[in-house]
Amino acid sequence: MNLERSPVRLTGGQSPVVDGSPGDERTSVVFDLEELNVFYGSFRAVKDVTVPIRKNEITALIGPSGCGKSTVLRCFNRMNDLIEGARVEGSIRYHGVDLYGDDVDPVEVRRRIGMVFQRPNPFPKSIYDNIVFGPKIAGRKTGLDDLVEESLTKAALWDEVKDKLRDSASDLSGGQQQRLCIARAIATNPDVVLMDEPCSALDPIATLRIEELMLDLKRDYTIVIVTHNMQQAARVSDRTAFFSVDVNEVGQRTGRLVEFDTTDKLFTTPAQTETEQYITGRFG
Amino acid sequence: MATTSTSELVGRSLRRRGRSWVNTTIAGAMLFSLLFSLIVLVVLLADTIVKALPVFRSRGLEFVTANLSSQVDSAGIAQGIMGSLALTFLVIVIAFPLGVSAAVYLEEYARDNRWTRMINANIRNLAGVPSIVYGILGLFLFVKLINQGLFSVADGISGRNLIAGGLTLSVLVLPIMIITTAEALRAVSRELREASFGVGATKWETIRAQVLPVALPGILTGAVLTISRAFGETAPLLLAGAVLSQYFSVSSDAGLVDLVSNQPYTALPLIVYNFARQPETEFVQLTAAAILVLLGMLLSVNAATILLRDRVERRRG
Repeated sequence: MNLERSPVRLTGGQSPVVDGSPGDERTSVVFDLEELNVFYGSFRAVKDVTVPIRKNEITALIGPSGCGKSTVLRCFNRMNDLIEGARVEGSIRYHGVDLYGDDVDPVEVRRRIGMVFQRPNPFPKSIYDNIVFGPKIAGRKTGLDDLVEESLTKAALWDEVKDKLRDSASDLSGGQQQRLCIARAIATNPDVVLMDEPCSALDPIATLRIEELMLDLKRDYTIVIVTHNMQQAARVSDRTAFFSVDVNEVGQRTGRLVEFDTTDKLFTTPAQTETEQYITGRFG
Repeated sequence: MATTSTSELVGRSLRRRGRSWVNTTIAGAMLFSLLFSLIVLVVLLADTIVKALPVFRSRGLEFVTANLSSQVDSAGIAQGIMGSLALTFLVIVIAFPLGVSAAVYLEEYARDNRWTRMINANIRNLAGVPSIVYGILGLFLFVKLINQGLFSVADGISGRNLIAGGLTLSVLVLPIMIITTAEALRAVSRELREASFGVGATKWETIRAQVLPVALPGILTGAVLTISRAFGETAPLLLAGAVLSQYFSVSSDAGLVDLVSNQPYTALPLIVYNFARQPETEFVQLTAAAILVLLGMLLSVNAATILLRDRVERRRG
């Protein structure tokens, strides 16, 4: 495994941004969440989240477990639709279009908004078939070989697997599988890539590789990442949303957004004491 | 005493106590249970083989290719073999698609509410209903209502045809097929489904391209159970119209459609039953020979399905 590039990125903490640096409010907004509430049945899981997600940035959602950060992420590509009884109030606009509008097809949404999951979940098929499944069902028939090479190259996996594209994806290591899942997500040529704790099942070396990769991918994609690892949020993200959780008398947990700001500011001079306590507590 | 070394103390505390006979007794009792079951089976099989050998020695394959007859020397089981194969084929083409589709609907599409749970519980109950009850259903529904009522099939055999038999067996095995398929589908991880939805697959694309291939080995296990059950059933076929007699004939110029819808049929288990109830002692040997053929065919069909399942599993890696 190639390690030589890793430390360089790490020492900087914050990566240099090519265009639309944090704080530049002119950067175009991809997602606009306004007063978003998510319910499971009658129970409110997330309360009043208002966050803009900007183009070609990495936005991190952090907070203690049960704070609803994954729930919010799963609204971006309507993955919550799969859970019976899940319901959304408020609005998520994607390039100005209401994602939960009546005439919006969640399948079309997911073709434009890719997702990488907590545990690497490649299809139990060959590496090649993992990449082409999405594009094929979207109707693409030609140039599949090029697409496989391009996607795997972007996911920094091509050199490791180019000679065994027909081998089963489950033979890859955990870190390779996760990069394959990233390649699979970008093969449908999405606009946004959602990542739900993508490194939580990986060792530190594989984690660093994924983090580097995210910084590379930022040029082409908008990334939203959920992470329980604050250092990771600090290392890769441009903006951070900090969530906290309220527990009611019967033990139900409702998440709420505490603070949203550029990562620099949120981690150095947070406006809310709650944020400061969480960050300093974890940093010890 | 005062100078007892540590190793001596430890050695004493680790020494085996006199409790091992409990373990030995329990293990012995379990071994006995296993051996008892095995011995019964082996004795049964050996007895059958010994009794059947003279038939195969004196008549060889002729026993398998000859038609039914009341004469001991010429009675064969060809009609039963053909009937059983035809019935199995009908069960495969009727019960498999229906069972798999029903299970896919229940597991993937139906909402998880009281109705679905009730239906699920009832399918489980149906799997335990005695097969003779399905025979009565087959007689009433397929022989009387559909064949005689709707199609008013030919007078001679009055709706007691292979289709009625195949449908009756299909209904009988449907619960087994649905339950095993549903279990196979339930075992497919949520992660896999999410991965598929995540790249923009529709529900059907996810089921067809991701979920069903992963569940296929489990579904094929259900197929093995289903075929075994259908192959050995006797009682429902008696009611659904299979011939139980010393002799019957199929008109020699019957086409395929005519064969399944308008001609008498029988199956191997019925022949076994029929041979067994004959008074002549020579039929004891014929019974044993027919049983051996029945077992052989059942094993071959199951082995073929299991081989197919293993190939599917290996291909997925």
